[in-house]
Amino acid sequence: MKQKTRPVPGPRSPRKPAFWRALEERAGDPAFQEHLYNEFPSEIEAISDPVARRTFLKLMGASLALAGVTGCTRQPAETIVPYVRQPEDLIPGRPLFYATAMSLGGVATGLLVESHEGRPTKIEGNPLHPGSLGATDVFAQAAVLGLYDPDRSQTLLNLGDIRPWSAFLGTISAALTAQRPLEGAGLRILTESVNSPTLAAQIRDLLARFPSAKWHQWDPASREHVRGGAKLAFGEYVDAQYRFGQADVILSLDADVLGCGPGSIRYARDFAARRRPEQADRMNRLYAIESMPTSTGARADHRLPLKPSAIARIAREIASALGEAGKSGSGRSGGSGESGGAGGSGGAGASGATGGAAVVQGFSPAIAKWIDAVAEDLQAHRGSSLVVAGDGQPPAVHALAHGINQALGNVGKTVVYTQSVEAEPTNQLDSLRDLVADMNAGKVDVLVIVGGNPVYTAPADFRFAEALNKALLRVHLSLYDDETSALCHWQIPEAHFLEAWSDARGYDGTVSIVQPLIAPLYGGKSAHELLAAMSDRPERSAHDIVREFWSGSGSSRTLPAPPANEEFDASWRRWLHDGVVPNTAFAPARVQVVPGFSPTVEPTPTTHAADDIEINFRNDPSVLDGRFANNGWLQELPKPITRLTWDNAVLVSPATAAKLRAAGSPAFQGGEHGQIITDLVELRYRARSVRGALFTVVGHPDDCVTVHLGYGRSRGGRVATGAGFNANAIRTSDALSFGAGVEIVRTFEKFSLACTQYHHLMEGRGMVRASTRDAYVRDPKSVHEGDETPPRTITLYPNYPYEGYKWGMAIDVNACIGCNACVVGCQSENNIPVVGKDQVLRGREMHWLRVDTYYRGRADNPETYFQPVPCMQCENAPCEVVCPVGATAHSHEGLNDMVYNRCVGTRYCSDNCPYKVRRFNFLLYQDWNTPSLRLGRNPDVTVRSRGVMEKCTYCVQRINAAKIDSEKESRPVRDGEIKTACQQACPADAIVFGNLNDPASRVAKLQAEERSYALLGELNTRPRTTYLAAVRNVNPALGE
Amino acid sequence: MADSLQPVEDPSRAAAIRTPAVIAPGHTFGTVTDKISAIVLARKTPLGWYAGFGTAMFFTLLLLVSLTYLVLTGIGIWGNNIPIGWAFDITNFVWWIGIGHAGTLISAILLLLKQTWRTSINRFAEAMTLFAVACAAVFPVFHTGRPWLAYWLVPYPNTMNLWPQFRSPLIWDVFAVSTYATVSLLFWFVGLIPDLATLRDRSQSPVGRVIYGMLAMGWRGSAHHWHRYETAYLLLAGLATPLVVSVHTVVSFDFAVSIVPGWHTTIFPPYFVAGAIYSGFAMVLTLAIPIRAVYNLEDFITMRHLQNMAKVMLVTGLIVAYGYLTEAFIAWYSADRYEGFVPLNRMIGPYAFAYWALIFCNVVVPQALWLKRVRTSVPVLFIISLIVNVGMWLERFVIIVTSLHRDYLPSSWGLYSPTFWDWSTFVGTIGLFLSLLFLFLRFLPMISIFEMRTILPEARVGE
Repeated sequence: MKQKTRPVPGPRSPRKPAFWRALEERAGDPAFQEHLYNEFPSEIEAISDPVARRTFLKLMGASLALAGVTGCTRQPAETIVPYVRQPEDLIPGRPLFYATAMSLGGVATGLLVESHEGRPTKIEGNPLHPGSLGATDVFAQAAVLGLYDPDRSQTLLNLGDIRPWSAFLGTISAALTAQRPLEGAGLRILTESVNSPTLAAQIRDLLARFPSAKWHQWDPASREHVRGGAKLAFGEYVDAQYRFGQADVILSLDADVLGCGPGSIRYARDFAARRRPEQADRMNRLYAIESMPTSTGARADHRLPLKPSAIARIAREIASALGEAGKSGSGRSGGSGESGGAGGSGGAGASGATGGAAVVQGFSPAIAKWIDAVAEDLQAHRGSSLVVAGDGQPPAVHALAHGINQALGNVGKTVVYTQSVEAEPTNQLDSLRDLVADMNAGKVDVLVIVGGNPVYTAPADFRFAEALNKALLRVHLSLYDDETSALCHWQIPEAHFLEAWSDARGYDGTVSIVQPLIAPLYGGKSAHELLAAMSDRPERSAHDIVREFWSGSGSSRTLPAPPANEEFDASWRRWLHDGVVPNTAFAPARVQVVPGFSPTVEPTPTTHAADDIEINFRNDPSVLDGRFANNGWLQELPKPITRLTWDNAVLVSPATAAKLRAAGSPAFQGGEHGQIITDLVELRYRARSVRGALFTVVGHPDDCVTVHLGYGRSRGGRVATGAGFNANAIRTSDALSFGAGVEIVRTFEKFSLACTQYHHLMEGRGMVRASTRDAYVRDPKSVHEGDETPPRTITLYPNYPYEGYKWGMAIDVNACIGCNACVVGCQSENNIPVVGKDQVLRGREMHWLRVDTYYRGRADNPETYFQPVPCMQCENAPCEVVCPVGATAHSHEGLNDMVYNRCVGTRYCSDNCPYKVRRFNFLLYQDWNTPSLRLGRNPDVTVRSRGVMEKCTYCVQRINAAKIDSEKESRPVRDGEIKTACQQACPADAIVFGNLNDPASRVAKLQAEERSYALLGELNTRPRTTYLAAVRNVNPALGE
Repeated sequence: MADSLQPVEDPSRAAAIRTPAVIAPGHTFGTVTDKISAIVLARKTPLGWYAGFGTAMFFTLLLLVSLTYLVLTGIGIWGNNIPIGWAFDITNFVWWIGIGHAGTLISAILLLLKQTWRTSINRFAEAMTLFAVACAAVFPVFHTGRPWLAYWLVPYPNTMNLWPQFRSPLIWDVFAVSTYATVSLLFWFVGLIPDLATLRDRSQSPVGRVIYGMLAMGWRGSAHHWHRYETAYLLLAGLATPLVVSVHTVVSFDFAVSIVPGWHTTIFPPYFVAGAIYSGFAMVLTLAIPIRAVYNLEDFITMRHLQNMAKVMLVTGLIVAYGYLTEAFIAWYSADRYEGFVPLNRMIGPYAFAYWALIFCNVVVPQALWLKRVRTSVPVLFIISLIVNVGMWLERFVIIVTSLHRDYLPSSWGLYSPTFWDWSTFVGTIGLFLSLLFLFLRFLPMISIFEMRTILPEARVGE
């Protein structure tokens, strides 16, 4: 409803007009006023409302027409003649790469963006950036689609009417002039976490001009409790950076440190590098205590599922066990000198055990044993252990983790504290609360919302939307015309980060200059330009602002001295080229846990009964807090662990579901590989309720539900609206991440969830081979027990001699964290269409690469393995012999090539593919009409039409590009020169591609390793893609 | 043989030994010709024919709508998905091809084996074959993602020097089915020539005389004509005989050559052929029983025919049952984890209802045919024949869908359910089949006049 009727705007309404159109207007009738301002609703709005997502693709075409209707949009200049003078470096057909950075939750990741004739088409990580090392996450991979999204806010709107930028400038300058005598007492800026030094300087400049104005921050994707924990432990805001490369024993307290959050891409790389069983003595060990199963928990050697509130207690037990042991241990080692590690750890173990017996009351013996073992293991690795607390855990747990790390002597070794990456770290919850209070008190005259969607993301008890309506002038800068835009007077289309100049700090403080790859498609403005509009120099461009800031003419407090002016130009070019500004990483800060801080302090005593059902709010692994909800790639991406697409769900353990007598089961349409029909339940929490579909997750703690945020959007694009349910509706400020006492009520209605893999058991088929470190060291062959691969002599025909190149791939199951970056990378590189929920329900998703998830071991807390499955490029390919028209054929380099224009679509190849990696265009899935989407396609890859089979090609376009380059230079392709899209995106370095004929190549060495195996090798398909078995570093004290 | 037109079996003697006879007593050359040709030429077209043909045409139009929508939109209107690339489409294809088998078997093999009782049913059995093959041909063409390019499966010379991929069983299918269709058509048409001449001679309408005259190709019934006719017919029978075995053998290769557990089975060729004959005879019974009642042909299609066909069904049904048993046994005996899973999944998996329905229809129900009481009860036979038709359709469905839906990697397991368009296409082909059959009944002699005359006692002049 809200988005339909625009509120009567404050500043313009009450005065009686001198000229009037109707008596009602003269009389100032509110109904007339409303009518007046609703007379021309935006055209987008008229059709965008209850559009089913299945029509997403069809409607994208219509949006072109709408773009025409809106008319006044300045289109990018079109070149209809070839370049008269060719731009420098630009050779048609050869892509250029530019460095830039993407910020998320106040932390930037350095990127390299592939540009074809001025169109950004593919995003890779920047190898020079410490937060990327060349890898990316799903959000960066999907940003290309975000850029070309036809649903983006395309015009500057004032109450639904299109206005020029100058009209906005007039309004804002008038409003600011009115504020000047008040020193800005009625001016409020609401931003997300700011990690751009330039933007922070701009805001501070503004605040300097308006001393009474306030800057509020609210970033639902950022880490409220992390900041709180640091403040609690150290008395100041600092960031913790982890050095996983130095950590031998890691304890995660509900932290998905490999899967999301600042530095996770880097951490995954460092972590995986210490997991190679070939260097068994270097293998680290990861303990994970967590509620919702995550990538980190899946990779843990020992995982303990617990309700989120219980984790604080466990953390305290471990802290006190360690605290005692730590003191006595250090005392003993001080006294006995070099008595040897064994004695020390034995003593520590003993004291840990006695301490454990005393403190772990209330936990089951198994958990008590777990705590003891972890404490002992941490104790035995002083200085090389690491405790990480999760974003959702309360500040006390973070403080505990800091305390433990300090007690274990890890600070400066496995964990480093630096000043915060955020320009102005603050308690954002309080910040938003203050803003709401001010708005309710009528103190806010001008509210400028720079990015974000607080109407949707603010805690429900803040009643942000109601408060917002009390601000007199409301301006919203955002990518989409979303829930917040609907309540603001001005909606300014934001320039996508690929369209704008800016700068941003990475997880370690490294600054990257964000440079645009393309002129704003829809005339969007960046935050810098909006802030400039509020300054005394309103027409400065973002480029000038950022450059001026770095050349030193802007204000700079904490930055290295700028180079001399004559050198600045060269430096600037170097920074842009490298994507990083050298020597901007923060130096380690010297911080001490405040002496008064005691790890046993528990600020929020839990008063609820033990069997109360707890609710756990998490950012969605695909759409985060909802900011990516209109991205089809991310919506259709099967989420890690649950494999759900297009919806969030009420996630519970199977036992809890059984208690509720609710369950899901595969429907005949699609089945386990498509449609799960499940119970719709109502979640009631503190007098608020929301309805969502129940879904069971193995390994989830009992009596606890996890809900993902970011769904149930009512506005903000055709893909976003209608998917899932809005968990923010029951999320309150005192239970931002979890809370107890939720009630789950069955509604006796059913709901269809699109799940691409519902069956996670291996059925004794050995798809994933796994072992423990000790067993592997004893006998590396033990991982292959019970599996066989026929010898290469089993054939009637002579083996084909692959001369020259022989491409192959090795995928390390032990390294894969299931983050899905490869899947989106593949989708972006290979022009893979989005099919919509309706088609996923039928089992027809098009991903060439999928990440299979399998469970092993105990039913309530299984080991979880991720197995990325691209085309195996079999040497004896079953698909090739059955194709009646020869549309799939073998190349002399061993690639199983697809000839799209020869394919008639019998689907026989797919039936005969034991890996089921082939994908069929059952309908016309590709959007051929929307012009903006056409811009984003990779011109080197055929866009497939309907009726055609397709599959992974090993990125044959990249292979051929590298071969052409090498042939021009009369040399063979170097190892590592070709990276497939999945390999390049992978943070864990789990995928390696190369030439098997070169024994020195990485892939040849990996395939020669003892734990290498072929998936379904017993079929004698001779796959070129092989896997490396998983090896877990199990603590002998706990056993498997 | 070639110079003798005489049937070796004396129907009257046969009647004395085991009743009933293949033709009721009391008929002469004249009455036979009158009775059969009157259906086409003299009798008023019954209202029931219009009703039946109208209904069948409705479903034929439904087929046209379905196919048009399919071509415009894509295979996605069906329920097929990624583990289950083939479902109703190939199920229906194999089912129709199987139904077509009885025609060739009756016309060719029984002719060579001198089973004269075949005479009164072979004409419409052959027609049924042709129509079934026509229906079957719809599926391989339209199940492709780009049906307008389906001709690429045919080896034709082209400037790009591109040929089909001869290792693919689908190409073998193209050859097998097209050969089968060609030979069946020739066989049927050659067998029709003397009767077409009879119709030409007896037709009252000038249009009929012209059309039948053209189709009769100048048949005058001279001794030369009969001599050449007999030679040609026998040669065609000889040509058609291997096809009975080859067509379904090749169709079974579609599955047997693949590596899908549940498809990759050496028993498939004989098992498919037996199944085809089984379903073919069931379909002949399904058609013969109402036709003989409506057109009062009990004299020509006697209880003997029905009983014989019931016996063939019983035998082939037992072979098929043996096939089911062997399939399950070998799956277990192979000790292969993938093969061993298939029968278990069929019996207790999500499609167990289809498997047990198939066992009921194809194995349990036909055991009633051991009883003579059942074999001589026309309504019961009709019901059993319908059940066997359903069972054989289920057999193909079970083979195709339950094998594909859970193959090697559990991550890719899925399920299939047919959509409206799956059903409409299937029902539409039944409509097409019945439409063609109604046209055949109306415009061509459904029983071979001249062959019926040869089994009358009057024909035994030479002895």
